[in-house]
Amino acid sequence: MKAAASPLGTVAGLAGSLAVLLSLIGLWALLAASGWVNRAFLPTPAAALAALWHGLIEGELGGYTLATLLRMGSAWLLASALGIGLGVLIGSSRRARTWLAPTLEFIRPMPASAVMPLAIAMFGLSGSMVLAVVAFGAMWPVLLATLHGLAGVHGRLREVASSLELGRVAFVWKIGLPHAMPDILAGMRLAMTVSLIVSVVGEMIASQPGLGQAVLLAARSFQASDLYAGIALLGALGFASNALLAVAQRRLLRWQQP
Amino acid sequence: MAGPRRWTSFVFPALLLAALEAWTRTVGQGSDALAPPTAAVRALGGALADGSLLSATAFTLGSAALGLALGALLGVALGTLLGLSRLATRLGFLSIEVLRPIPSVALIPLAMLVFGFGLRMEVSIVAFACLWPMLILSQAAVQQVEPRLLEVARALQLTPLQRFAWIVGPAMVPRLFVALRLGVAIALVVAVTVEIAANPHGMGYAMMIAQQSLDPALMLGWLGWIGCIGFAINAGAQALQRAVARRMGDEALA
Repeated sequence: MKAAASPLGTVAGLAGSLAVLLSLIGLWALLAASGWVNRAFLPTPAAALAALWHGLIEGELGGYTLATLLRMGSAWLLASALGIGLGVLIGSSRRARTWLAPTLEFIRPMPASAVMPLAIAMFGLSGSMVLAVVAFGAMWPVLLATLHGLAGVHGRLREVASSLELGRVAFVWKIGLPHAMPDILAGMRLAMTVSLIVSVVGEMIASQPGLGQAVLLAARSFQASDLYAGIALLGALGFASNALLAVAQRRLLRWQQP
Repeated sequence: MAGPRRWTSFVFPALLLAALEAWTRTVGQGSDALAPPTAAVRALGGALADGSLLSATAFTLGSAALGLALGALLGVALGTLLGLSRLATRLGFLSIEVLRPIPSVALIPLAMLVFGFGLRMEVSIVAFACLWPMLILSQAAVQQVEPRLLEVARALQLTPLQRFAWIVGPAMVPRLFVALRLGVAIALVVAVTVEIAANPHGMGYAMMIAQQSLDPALMLGWLGWIGCIGFAINAGAQALQRAVARRMGDEALA
C-alpha cells in the first residue's frame, strides 16, 4: 500500500490536488445554494464553517472533542496494554496457542458494538461501560497481532535462545517482542481506528458527552450545520490520530530498515 | 488449523459455556445480564419459530450486501482509475485524504436525516465504510500488476482499452478478491453497528430490544448468532478468495 509513497512530489501536484478539493467544495456550495438538495441536510459550506468556528470558540464543541479524544485515547492505551499482555501470555506458550487461538479467531469477526447491549445490562449506561466496550473491541487487533508476531519467530532464533539458555521471560523480552513489533504496531494502528468508531457509537447509545452525542443531537434538532461541524471534527480526529501513529510506526521501526 | 488436533479448538469454548451455565443456574440466578447458554439457545429457537430470526438476519445481511456492492463498485472504479493514471492519483490525493478518515458511524445521524430509518440509511453507511478500503486496495492491485505484462502490452501496441481489458483487468482479479474479503468483514460489522446505534431493524436492533426488555437469554442468543453468522461469512469469503487466487494462478494469495 506504500506504492504511492509521495504522490505530491511536485508543487504542481499539490496545487492540482488542492484545486480538485476546492472545486468539490465549490460543487457542494453550488448544490446547497441552488436548492436542488434540501437545505435541511445540506447546509452551505460557509454555514458549516461558521458553525464549526462558533462551536469551537463559544460553544461546547471543543469540550466534546476533548471528551471523545480522551475516551478514545485512554481506551486505546488500555486495549494496547491488555492486547500485548494477553498476547504474550498466550503466544509464548505453544500449548496455550493451540488450545486458545481458535476461540480467539472465532470471536475476531464479531462487531465490537454487538457487545454493547451485554455491557449495558452488566454495567448500566455509564462512561466506564463505554470505556470497557471500546477497550474490549480495540484489544482484538493488538492481541491477534501479538500472537501472530510471536508465532512467526524463526525456528533458528528459538534454537539460539535455547542454546543461550534464555528463560521464557528473557526470550519474549529479547527476541519475541522485538520480532513481533511491526505486527503489534500495525495492530495498534487498527486499534486506534476501532477506538474512535466504538467511542462514537458508545456516546450515541449511552448519551455520554462527546462528539458522537453532539452529532446525534444536532441531527435530531435538524441543525445541519452543527452536524457537519461535528462530522468534520470527527474526521480531523481520525486523520490526526492515524497520522501520528504512522509517524510513530516509522520512527520505532527505523532499526529494521537496511 | 486443519489436522488431527482440531478437536482442541472446541475445548476452551465448551468449558467457558459450561462455566456460564453452572454459574447462571446457581449463584447468578435471575441476573439481568447473563443467562444459561441452554436458555439462550431455546430463546433463539423461539425467535426462529416466530420468524423474527430469519427476517432480522435477512435484513442485516441484505443491507450489508447491498452496501458492499455499492461501495465496491465505486471503490474499484475509482481505484482502478487512480491506479492507471499518475495524474489522477495526484489530483485526487487531497480530496481522498480529507474524506477517508471520517469514521463511518459519524455519518449515522446524517443518513438518518437524509433517508430516515430503514434500508437506504444502512446501505449508504455500509457503502461509505467499504468504499475506502476497496479504493485503496484496487489502486494497489493495479499498481502491482507484473511490469513484464505491461511490457508485453506495449510490445503488442495495445490501445489503453485493450490493455485494460486483456492485461491489467485479469491480472488484478485475485487482489480484488482479497479486497472483497476485507469488505465483507467491514460491511457486516458496520451494518450491525448501525442497527445497534440507530436503525430499528435487523439483528443489532433485535439484540438491543432483548436487552431493553430484560431478556438476557434472548440477548445472549442473538450475540451468539451474530458471532456465528460473522464467522461463517468470513470463512466463506476467505474460501472464495483462495479459490479465485488458485484458479487465476496467483500462488502468493492462494
